[in-house]
Amino acid sequence: MKRSPILGAYAVAYLLFLYGPILILPLFAFNDSRIVAFPLSGFTTQWFGEMWADANLRKALGNSLIIALSTATISTALGIFAARSSVRYRWPGKAVVMGMIMVPLVLPEMIVAMALLVVLLTIGVPLSIFTIILGHVLICMPFAVAILTSAFQSLDKSLEEAALDLGETQISTFQLIVLPLVMPGILSAFLITFTISIDEFIIANFLGKGDPILSVYIFGQFRFPAKVPSMLALGTLLVLFSICMLAIAEYFRRRGIAKTGGKDSGGFL
Amino acid sequence: MAKTPSQEAKTGWLLISPPAIYAVLLLAAPLATVLIYSVMTGGRGVVGLPFTLQNFTDLVQKPVYLSVMQRSLLVSLLVTLTTVVLAYPIAYFVSFHVSPSKKALWLFLITIPFWTSYVIRVSLWRTILGYNGIVDSSLIGLGLTDEPVNILSNGITSMIITLAHAYAPFAVLPIFVSLEKVDRSLLEAGQDLGESRLMTFIRVTLPLSMPGVIAAVLIVFIPTVGDYVTPELIGGGKVPLIANMIETQMLKLQNRPVGSAIAVAAMLVVGIVSVVFVLLNRRFIGGSK
Repeated sequence: MKRSPILGAYAVAYLLFLYGPILILPLFAFNDSRIVAFPLSGFTTQWFGEMWADANLRKALGNSLIIALSTATISTALGIFAARSSVRYRWPGKAVVMGMIMVPLVLPEMIVAMALLVVLLTIGVPLSIFTIILGHVLICMPFAVAILTSAFQSLDKSLEEAALDLGETQISTFQLIVLPLVMPGILSAFLITFTISIDEFIIANFLGKGDPILSVYIFGQFRFPAKVPSMLALGTLLVLFSICMLAIAEYFRRRGIAKTGGKDSGGFL
Repeated sequence: MAKTPSQEAKTGWLLISPPAIYAVLLLAAPLATVLIYSVMTGGRGVVGLPFTLQNFTDLVQKPVYLSVMQRSLLVSLLVTLTTVVLAYPIAYFVSFHVSPSKKALWLFLITIPFWTSYVIRVSLWRTILGYNGIVDSSLIGLGLTDEPVNILSNGITSMIITLAHAYAPFAVLPIFVSLEKVDRSLLEAGQDLGESRLMTFIRVTLPLSMPGVIAAVLIVFIPTVGDYVTPELIGGGKVPLIANMIETQMLKLQNRPVGSAIAVAAMLVVGIVSVVFVLLNRRFIGGSK
């Protein structure tokens, strides 16, 4: 490997820029001052206590968990259908249909949210946690499809054919051969869509009826300087949680690739 | 067990139908509705006939709309430029200077911040850049300045910093992928034939990695045009961008035709800028293996 001190230093500086805000979270979440500025004034766990004492926040957490679990389940299930269909079978119109399913990845989220909102209001669907789930599934599905497509692609077709030749039915083959092999991909898709849903703001803000949702609640609280320290405490926990979920998802993804004998080609995107 | 093509297509269609129907009902139909609303008349919660192009001519003629559109476009273009220029060296570093066994780890490190709550990251920039915030208190503590700098009071600059941070991984990954595909023997050939390192980079590596740069530009540019959280939290609502204007029209003023027209115009502008950009760079796409 070539060594380049300038590029190396740049890489370190770049990582500092990327991680700077995230490192600030725990630093000031444990800082004994309501004002978020240097110098640090002492260690405290007061903000975590204040955060947990907040009944609205606990309610928001409950709502967000319901939304994220439902979203992850539905979008992963739909993702399995889409990925299986596009990898395994040839059918006319695939490019158009898959393009339509994947397009929320590149469409500004505000436009997706507003279009959906206008239709829901026009046909008279009352806004609720359910409508937030509808929107979240729409934007999480492309991520699930992307992860599951690579899981299904690394699957050896001859394994399935062997099972069919040995007298298994289509359904039992899927259960016995396909499902176990793509299971790591399914888990990874579930965890990723769960993480996206719990962090998502725009749809949660516009398609809800004012029930407290975690991301919306955080957005509101950061406007009050007095609330910032307890939000930093909450943020610290959320970031830790996201990193754990990601590390687990990454573990499953790699195990999936190793299982099917594929070659690791990097991250999720 | 070979299936005939028509049977295969049937199974494929059967499997794709649940996600496809979902996308048609909840995405295609709403987008079509917005498209139709944008050429209708109305206001205060009512949408009606006749069909008109008035909403669009208003967007071009009334300075209220035009200035927000221009500002959004300017912010997005500056964010895209900053993000991609900052991302290229790091993608180059990981591709050319990191040993293959550690590449996955580096990519993982670069993508982690992206998976943490967007609202929290944006809010953090507010406390970092704000009046007597972390930047100010550090600068004063180090004796570099006496007065708080309050970068946050400059809405556009703060928005560019925040968005460039938020979209960094999106730019690094596609550039990295295209750099990985660059045939290393071409670089050796260039140097063997007497080119300097820099000239080899400019004449071989850079053109070959252009597909990744183009992808990075589009991936950053398209969503930033529609960003809502950053102008709201960082600009404090004082420097609205397109997304905030759509919200105002759709919800606060209940003017769905105008709101829809802004959404459609935004998509059109994004589409046109993207297509022009791709066309300008078409000699780089598909040229490499």
